[in-house]
Amino acid sequence: MTERRWALGILLALGALAFLPLSRARDDVLNFVFLILLSITLAQSWNIVAGYAGQVNLGHAAFFGLGALLARVLWIRGTPIVVAMLAGAALATAFALLIGAPAFRLRGAYFAIGTLALGEILRTTVNNVLPEISTLPAATIAGYQLRHRYYLALALAAVSVVAVTVLAGSRAGLGMQAIREDEEAAEASGVGALRLKLTALALSTALAGLAGGLFAYYHISYYPSHPFGPHWTFDALLMTFIGGVGTLQGPVLGAILYVVLKEYLAVRWVDFHLLIFGALFIAIVLLLPGGLVQAAERARGLVGRRGRRPL
Amino acid sequence: MLAQQLVLGLLIGGLYGLAAAGLSLVFGVMKVLDVAHGELIMLGGYAAFWAVAIFGLDPFGSLALVIPLSLLFGVVLYLVLFSFVVRADEETRVKNSLLIGFGLALAFHALAVRLWTADERSIVTPYGGSVILVGDLAIPVVRLLSLLVAFLLIGGLHLLLARWRWGKAIRATAEDWQAALLTGIDVRRAYLLAFALGTGLAGAAGTLVSVGYSISPSIGLEWTLKALIVVVLAGLGSMLGTFVGGLVLGVAEAASAAAFGGPYREVVGLVIFVVVLIARPRGLFGR
Repeated sequence: MTERRWALGILLALGALAFLPLSRARDDVLNFVFLILLSITLAQSWNIVAGYAGQVNLGHAAFFGLGALLARVLWIRGTPIVVAMLAGAALATAFALLIGAPAFRLRGAYFAIGTLALGEILRTTVNNVLPEISTLPAATIAGYQLRHRYYLALALAAVSVVAVTVLAGSRAGLGMQAIREDEEAAEASGVGALRLKLTALALSTALAGLAGGLFAYYHISYYPSHPFGPHWTFDALLMTFIGGVGTLQGPVLGAILYVVLKEYLAVRWVDFHLLIFGALFIAIVLLLPGGLVQAAERARGLVGRRGRRPL
Repeated sequence: MLAQQLVLGLLIGGLYGLAAAGLSLVFGVMKVLDVAHGELIMLGGYAAFWAVAIFGLDPFGSLALVIPLSLLFGVVLYLVLFSFVVRADEETRVKNSLLIGFGLALAFHALAVRLWTADERSIVTPYGGSVILVGDLAIPVVRLLSLLVAFLLIGGLHLLLARWRWGKAIRATAEDWQAALLTGIDVRRAYLLAFALGTGLAGAAGTLVSVGYSISPSIGLEWTLKALIVVVLAGLGSMLGTFVGGLVLGVAEAASAAAFGGPYREVVGLVIFVVVLIARPRGLFGR
């Protein structure tokens, strides 16, 4: 059970990060780690539906955005942030279940472009309905505590890791992986494909919604349509692929590497980093579809049976 | 007022058709869904913009430069990237092409911002402001010409696919690549040609977009979606059907903009898309 071992290691590392704010760390360090933690949650949430269940959702940002939208509104009006985030996640999941059954009539590429279109529908609509920038009230800004955001992000990253660990070992998780490998064969051997795909989508979008809520809690001002932007989907894709799609540790490693590289490149080459990431992503899809995890396995000379192609 | 809107919708619809034709060709023949198609259109638009700005070409004349350049770019892109994608089996192929297209779109967008800034641009012509008056309707000359050029290009493509030796090979490959291979068709070359033609069409579409409308590095996704909508509306296999699909989308958008207000024209197109996709995964006019 290397998955359990990875889970334990990651959770220990997250536990250690809980002491970071106590060491009077500078704010930029906390912000940086916050970004990694948010990215872990976002990547892990995409990994559930795409990596495990094999359904490439290109409209993932829609669920992140919905979570952010509702959580922001409720929180500014005085709801405790955790409740607001849960409500945002519930909205994202409800929307996912609403569109899930018709969307899953589409297979493979059609599901991908269908979700891409759905994401754009929501983004454009939100942009039309709420064109004004959303800024926190002055009193909230005055009392802004980065620490609260940090701990919430830490908890959420831990939740996403635990959720994927539990899922990966469960009957449902195995069924999802069977669907990913061959949907017809899975159905033939008694896996309820639609039900499991919906479960994966619900879980994935709930996590994405929570991550969106965290985004809404963290940022002082942003356009409400911003979290609906397709680059959030791309971030999740890229991080998951860099690390290793369909594995527990992949999105975590991918998120760390992505955020570190992004900060480093952004300082050196300003907007050039996107070009590099685009090229890197293409190279990974073509040459190393299992990401870092696969690279590590190859390096250890353990290719053989485990060198599978998850997507 | 409504009639005016519908006419403008029809005019832009021709460009939707042209944008979709390239995507449809590539998807139909290679079973590769290149979601960076809109970025290819964007790059074509910039090529035309600079051809006009530097060499002082007529914008429609710049097509003579932009189309060959785009064809060449398509060949390079195929050899460097997509020739590796088509080696996989069909399901992996389409998934990988989506992912690669996504990466490519990001890279091209970043490159365009870097090279040409994020500003909106469009080609200005001496006759850009002239209109033809038909009763109460004002028809912009440039856009009318664009529609005409789009129609000619699609008609040309149709003839190419129907008559030319390699055009037939491309169609045979689209129909059943294994059977095509058995009859001695060089399937890889058919892929190369289809991809180059698709990119050439994207370049032409980009030129027309930068003449009658405007370009910026971020128009890619919008045009990819338009092209996808048309492909889904029209189904694969008929270039003229694709052109009609583009006109239908343009008019539908204009009608919905009149009904629900301008900002929702995109949304209506996408909603049509999702509904058609789910109800008729093979398209309205598809076989």
